[in-house]
Amino acid sequence: MTAVVSAKGLGLTFRTNDGDVIALSDVNLEIEPGEFVSFIGPSGCGKTTFLRVIADLEQPTAGTISVNGMTPEAARKNRSYGYVFQAPALFPWRTIEKNVALPLEIMGHPESERRARIARVMELVNLTGFERKFPWQLSGGMQQRASIARALAFDADLLLMDEPFGALDEIVRDHLNSELLKLFAATKKTIAFVTHSIPEAVYLSTKIVVMSPRPGRVTDIIQSTLPAERPLDIRETPEFLAIAHRVREGLRAGHSYEETA
Amino acid sequence: MKQPGSAVPILIMLLALVVIWYVAAVLLNWSGVTDAMKLAGNANPTFGDILSGTMGQDKPLLPAPHQVAIELWNTVFSQSVTSKRSLIYHAWITLSATLLGFAFGTALGIGLAILIIHNRASDRSMMPWIIASQTVPILAIAPMIIVVLNAIGIAGLIPKALISTYLSFFPVVVGMVKGFRSPEMIQLDLMHTYNASKLKTFFKLRWPIAMPYLFASMKVGIAASLVGAIVGELPAGGGNGLGARLLAGSYYGQTIQIWSSLFVAAILAGALVVIVGIVERLVVARMGARPA
Repeated sequence: MTAVVSAKGLGLTFRTNDGDVIALSDVNLEIEPGEFVSFIGPSGCGKTTFLRVIADLEQPTAGTISVNGMTPEAARKNRSYGYVFQAPALFPWRTIEKNVALPLEIMGHPESERRARIARVMELVNLTGFERKFPWQLSGGMQQRASIARALAFDADLLLMDEPFGALDEIVRDHLNSELLKLFAATKKTIAFVTHSIPEAVYLSTKIVVMSPRPGRVTDIIQSTLPAERPLDIRETPEFLAIAHRVREGLRAGHSYEETA
Repeated sequence: MKQPGSAVPILIMLLALVVIWYVAAVLLNWSGVTDAMKLAGNANPTFGDILSGTMGQDKPLLPAPHQVAIELWNTVFSQSVTSKRSLIYHAWITLSATLLGFAFGTALGIGLAILIIHNRASDRSMMPWIIASQTVPILAIAPMIIVVLNAIGIAGLIPKALISTYLSFFPVVVGMVKGFRSPEMIQLDLMHTYNASKLKTFFKLRWPIAMPYLFASMKVGIAASLVGAIVGELPAGGGNGLGARLLAGSYYGQTIQIWSSLFVAAILAGALVVIVGIVERLVVARMGARPA
């Protein structure tokens, strides 16, 4: 099988008035179908930028990248991925079901099919019964679940998630993490997930990509040895802690604990 | 929610205005009344005579509130609405030009705003002209528009409506450019990930997000539209409409007629703004706004 995402020598330099900022430097990475890949690192390490390059929201300045064997632009035009942003970005004038319907309307799915798809993804994210609510009537966690439903609605095989739970409290985040794993098992999608939480990365991922800033580069790639079935208390097992330790070592190796600015 | 007792400060304010108006009417009309009494042979009128005189002149410098109220009653309620003596008739003439001009102006404003946000060249080339258009005194160009259009055979409603358009498109352009540009980066990125066309992005994102801006602009625009229609009626002279009534009143020194026309115009403008506000509330409620 071909890789879902394949990056070779990828670099991205932002030109600003203060001079060039190297956001990504020589990133080599493959994401295989069915993997859950987390990108972890401190702010400024380019993890979000890498996700945005996959999504064709930023243009690389060096190296090559392919998504589903195509350029990111072709993949985007092919609607190959669903993107979940840091904020839910729900349209406040649309009900939850209308928000989920947004990509389907844009992509021209007929009304009857829209309804079936909305019902299915609302159930996947446990929001059945909230279809007619407006976003402000839902909690932050429920809003983010709605935005995940929206990203799932058009059945792209690749889900790009940019710190989707970063703004939520620990308890809600734990809950959504286990929901996300169930969803991952149920849908067999490939997920690329940006986070700055070590436990979150270790708990969710089949592969962890550790990155470091200035310039943004990959310092370690860890294949998880945890089983697919992961109850929340797996986070206290020695195996989990060993992986978390290696992630922490990777972050330290990248000098990312030091202030270099 | 309406606060209980919110009518009290409004009533106090209204009462204060009426009192000030009466005092001003007495002061302004005083010398006119004494002069008139001297001419009539009454060399030493009493204080009371003059005071009552200031309240009842035919052509006072400033008519007293009750004089305007009586005139309003006579011209609004005691006339057939098709009569040329009815202010309702004249108000309708002005209102029809106002509404037509407002519709033109809103459409033109939205159209220009769409061009401006989608095309950098049109932004740079049109915006200075749009702003310059509003620095030209409308009183100076209104007669020219009326005369030129009359010369090519367009008379009546359309020329007046065009002057309303001229005044009302501006707040709509400015407001809608701001409104269409109000989506956040994250919302535009979202549409980009769906590979949404410019058309879809416009109708699914830019248009709904600009609604509050549209209503704010329309409230300014409709009041400006009424001013435009009245100004458009001035050069026509002796014709119909509130503007013509104002002009006729000032020709013949009929201050009571002027003031009653002014009141009808003010009430009309207030009512129009309130109607736009009601439509806004209905639309905003449909769009799921959190109740305030």
